[in-house]
Amino acid sequence: MKRFGALLLLPLAGLLSGCDMVVLAPAGDVAAQQRDLLVVSTLLMLIIIVPVMALTVFFAWRYRQSNTSATYAPDWDHSTKLELVIWAAPLLIIICLGALTWLGAHLLDPYRRIDRIEAGQPVTQLHKPLRVEVVALDWKWLFIYPDYGIAAVNELAAPVNQPIDFRITSSAVMNSFYIPALAGQIYAMPGMETKLHAVINRQGTYSGFSANYSGAGFSGMRFAFHGLSDQAFDQWVAQTRTASAALNRDSYLELEKPSENEPVRHYASVDPALYGAILNLCVERGKMCMNEMMSIDAKGGLGLAGVRNTLPLQYDKLARRGAVFGNDPSYVASICTAEEAAAVSRASRDAWPTYWPAKNLSPLRGAGLLRPGTDSRSAEADTPTVGLLRREL
Amino acid sequence: MPDTLTKFIFGRLTWDSLPLHEPIVVATFVAVALGGIALLGVITYFKLWGYLWREWFTSVDHKKIGIMYMVLGLIMLLRGFSDAIMMRLQQAIAFNGSEGYLNSHHYDQIFTAHGVIMIFFVAMPFVTGLMNFVVPLQIGARDVSFPFLNNFSFWMTVGGAILVMASLFVGEFARTGWLAYPPLSGIGYSPDVGVDYYIWALQVAGVGTTLSGINLICTIIKMRAPGMTMMRMPIFTWTSLCTNVLIVASFPVLTAVLSLLALDRYVGTNFFTNDFGGNPMMYVNLIWIWGHPEVYILILPLFGVFSEVTSTFSGKRLFGYTSMVYATVVITILSYLVWLHHFFTMGSGASVNSFFGITTMIISIPTGAKIFNWLFTMYRGRIRFELPMMWTVAFMLTFTVGGMTGVLLAVPPADFVLHNSLFLIAHFHNVIIGGVLFGLFAGIAYWWPKAFGFKLDPFWGKVSFWCWVVGFWFAFMPLYILGLMGVTRRMRVFDDPSLQIWFVIAAFGAVLIACGIAAFLIQIFVSIRRREALADTTGDPWDGRTLEWSTSSPPPAYNFAFTPVIRDNDAWYDMKQAGYIRPLAGFKPIHMPSNTGTGIILAAFSVALGFGLIWYIWWLAALSFVCLIATAIGHTFNYHRDFHIPASEVTQTEEARTTLLAAQG
Amino acid sequence: MTSTAITAGTEPVFHLEEEHAHAEGGSTMLGFWLYLMSDCLIFAMLFAAYGVLGGNYAAGPAPKDLFDLDLVAVNTAMLLFSSITYGFAMLTMDKGRVAATQAWLAVTGLFGLAFLSIELYEFAHMIHEGATPQRSAFLSSFFTLVGTHGLHVTFGTIWLVTLMVQVARFGLIEANRRRLMCLSMFWHFLDVVWIGVFTFVYLMGMLR
Repeated sequence: MKRFGALLLLPLAGLLSGCDMVVLAPAGDVAAQQRDLLVVSTLLMLIIIVPVMALTVFFAWRYRQSNTSATYAPDWDHSTKLELVIWAAPLLIIICLGALTWLGAHLLDPYRRIDRIEAGQPVTQLHKPLRVEVVALDWKWLFIYPDYGIAAVNELAAPVNQPIDFRITSSAVMNSFYIPALAGQIYAMPGMETKLHAVINRQGTYSGFSANYSGAGFSGMRFAFHGLSDQAFDQWVAQTRTASAALNRDSYLELEKPSENEPVRHYASVDPALYGAILNLCVERGKMCMNEMMSIDAKGGLGLAGVRNTLPLQYDKLARRGAVFGNDPSYVASICTAEEAAAVSRASRDAWPTYWPAKNLSPLRGAGLLRPGTDSRSAEADTPTVGLLRREL
Repeated sequence: MPDTLTKFIFGRLTWDSLPLHEPIVVATFVAVALGGIALLGVITYFKLWGYLWREWFTSVDHKKIGIMYMVLGLIMLLRGFSDAIMMRLQQAIAFNGSEGYLNSHHYDQIFTAHGVIMIFFVAMPFVTGLMNFVVPLQIGARDVSFPFLNNFSFWMTVGGAILVMASLFVGEFARTGWLAYPPLSGIGYSPDVGVDYYIWALQVAGVGTTLSGINLICTIIKMRAPGMTMMRMPIFTWTSLCTNVLIVASFPVLTAVLSLLALDRYVGTNFFTNDFGGNPMMYVNLIWIWGHPEVYILILPLFGVFSEVTSTFSGKRLFGYTSMVYATVVITILSYLVWLHHFFTMGSGASVNSFFGITTMIISIPTGAKIFNWLFTMYRGRIRFELPMMWTVAFMLTFTVGGMTGVLLAVPPADFVLHNSLFLIAHFHNVIIGGVLFGLFAGIAYWWPKAFGFKLDPFWGKVSFWCWVVGFWFAFMPLYILGLMGVTRRMRVFDDPSLQIWFVIAAFGAVLIACGIAAFLIQIFVSIRRREALADTTGDPWDGRTLEWSTSSPPPAYNFAFTPVIRDNDAWYDMKQAGYIRPLAGFKPIHMPSNTGTGIILAAFSVALGFGLIWYIWWLAALSFVCLIATAIGHTFNYHRDFHIPASEVTQTEEARTTLLAAQG
Repeated sequence: MTSTAITAGTEPVFHLEEEHAHAEGGSTMLGFWLYLMSDCLIFAMLFAAYGVLGGNYAAGPAPKDLFDLDLVAVNTAMLLFSSITYGFAMLTMDKGRVAATQAWLAVTGLFGLAFLSIELYEFAHMIHEGATPQRSAFLSSFFTLVGTHGLHVTFGTIWLVTLMVQVARFGLIEANRRRLMCLSMFWHFLDVVWIGVFTFVYLMGMLR
């Protein structure tokens, strides 16, 4: 077997050199740092793995039954010194690795704004981050560029050496947003927002996809990620603006319906409130937004008065989101309109809550209803920042 | 028949539920049906039904139940492995615009079923079976604490397996991945019966697993022979104890979380929904609070097997018994503090991620200590390379690689690039095949002569060994490489043609593993044919060290004619050293539990209950639930559950053995 | 084989001459404890679910709109009394007084039924008002936690009746005493869980 193995190594080496190990040779600085951590950890562990494997083979050979010249000590079963070594050696490695992990996890936290474009080139005031809002749909990706008012399906472009600030959500089920060449992945979850900060350093076209199984069309949920020069990016934006389609609530609801292997699509304009509505599960008219619901809940709910008001809350509980056999659209009035709620949510996404509303402890019983003189809308205005964003984790 | 009546009788079960449009399933069904009919025919022809019912199905003998668990595991291994090879084939050909030969409806079921079957119905029965067979023998007991419960647990596990198998031919299985994350597994996105099959199969089997966990803990705590203090227990018994503690402390979590999912699906509650305040992330957390201990449930007993095997075949006491025990206990405790490393990418924040990453790494310290202990057990030994020892060395080389990639995945930023990739798949197959499966094969080869009185044929064993080991490396090293190329799991088709060669190599590895499984089956068949030549009359074919080798092979129903007294943790080795003389007279009647058919009946009602719930056949569900309760209550009115083996019968059995040993010389 | 080799001299003891009796049902108490702990874990999960989802009213009613503390206090008293009477049943069992044991068991069962009836009334009232388990995640987790406890009490009651029949037919034999002990642990365990429910769900719910 050993000789066999040596022979096999030759074509293997050939094969390996021929393939594109994107995780080990990424084009983005974040992924590169993650790769470095991967390599360093591997080397650290090899310090202990290699001797163990070598000793296994050596002992197995040395103390084989036919080798009667080897020492045989059938009752030797303890050595404090050896025990110390075998516990201490892995412990030391793990201390090193643990320190690396703590540092790495904090430095490469996807929620943290990046502070360098690449090694030796820190982010300065000149670098204006490109904001991209990502929505995982059944089974395609929607990318909204709020700064440009454009959107694209299954195509993502970004200028090189400029920080990118992704906000990620999903319309129906859990997906994972992953461009191996750019940075590590993060889940896309309905009704929740995750963030990813990254930068692409080399021009080129890279592949991106969902890394979490999400149903029948999962395999086709791929998109191209273009790392472009500044001019090329401007061109791409200009080209996108020439598209005829516009992305608003109605066209979004059409787009949201499950479909597989979608071609690239561009939208020349985007309803600025759309992403907030998607995130809060209230694109359909008459639906109560999640952030609105949560701020009501934080104040103690609507009491029995709200008990039968369930149609505005229904999203996908009983049928696949956007499926042809899905819910009938309902027009029961929400507490505030979707646009208002969305505006609140947009405002809150820039300013983080600085305080939590004090819990109302006054009535011990019976009074979940709002006190006279306060209606829910003004209550909502009191605490504009408490909402869904708290759920991001 | 009017429509409502049909609906009442059959629920949502219709002719369309039979997957007649799937030629692969139909062909499988025909093959299984013919094979099944042939098997039933043979049993009927040789009039074996009575024998099977009396001696096996209703048996409360821990040895027979252990063997039945192993048979279940083996049958389900064939099913789980056919799923594996279908996946490998699909991924090897679905390139360049080809859709492969499986549509997504079928393929998605296959990878879900593969995971569920391999964990719950292959690894778990194998591990439970091994513990059931070996533990009472190792501690010098006559049976487990609750023999009836043991039989019941086994049949509940079978019940779960039957439901999973039924899903192949009636309806469909889940298309969600083996942990069925909502919202995908919710009623909105999986309205069909697949997820319901998943839920009820696991619930039924889970009852069995939990109860057998309780049973084995009690057995180990209460039934040890005199003189066997905790720190004189054989290491396999120690690891079994820890595993069963893990089972009792984690399977209820699975039961609870699947019940909540079931409520969401059946009643319309909002635990894991997107709307109405539900929280799907809670499901992911809860299921991994069960899921991570589960992998230690699988591996710990095999660590025990490797310890026994290394010590026996090196002809040496186990190095560092005490630190081995503490390492096991530490792993047991730590396994509850690491669950979040399965979803670093959910965005829980850097500090939470680092905490769980570091706890995960800490587990590798006791695990590493164990590997060193095995190494230094080999050191200055006289190693006999019989089959179990070969598996052990292969394990040590394979498992260290898997351990290393595991620690790598515990570094959150590294996990961000490797999570859900084929690297992850390669990692856990590396530890599950390299650890659990290799250990099971070592254990089977090691204890087979104890169970049946003859050794396994070494030639076919070696063929199987090499096919498995080489096949494993061929099948999973390409997956590591593909993972580093950024290829994610559960993909059905690929665009990048440069990946294909790796999938082809992996498929070749899977074929080698198939040969390994075939060689294993041939090995069993050949060994049974050559059982005279391979016979072991001594009861101690490997020059063993623990108590199970002191009795005959196969052991009598009562295991030990006299309860042994223990002075040392290698009890049998100690007895041999001290020149122990087997008693030849003075046998007393032995108190034993009686067989009962209640376990199999209760399990049958549970399967009917599950089937009724899956297909919305409410009358069947209600009826079988009432029957279940009634049978259970009825069983408690039976106060006569034991009998005595008369002294004359014991004397006869023991004299037969004396004759055999005398012939041996 | 060394085991048959004849060696001379006095030997250490390697086996017991007499049959080593593990006491009949000697593991039952330990086993039942372990079962209770596994059951406790199920409740722990339901408590955890309630802890996570308990504030998600989905713009619907909150605890203070729904709970009637007076009723719950009465309910709690029922269950606590049933635990005390079960204790009396065990005391009389120790003295071997069959009739008194049966009487106390019957009282325990009645208290259990009273508890269940009050709980069912509470549930029915809430559902009638529209506060169904489907209404919000809070209500889902509330009904599941409290309902699971109620289901346990139901099975406990069925078990109690079964045991009463068995005691009536076979007397306070060893096996029946052991079974009564198990049910006793089960019953007190449910009591402890209920105290958790009462505090965590009802009292703290009112303070939310």
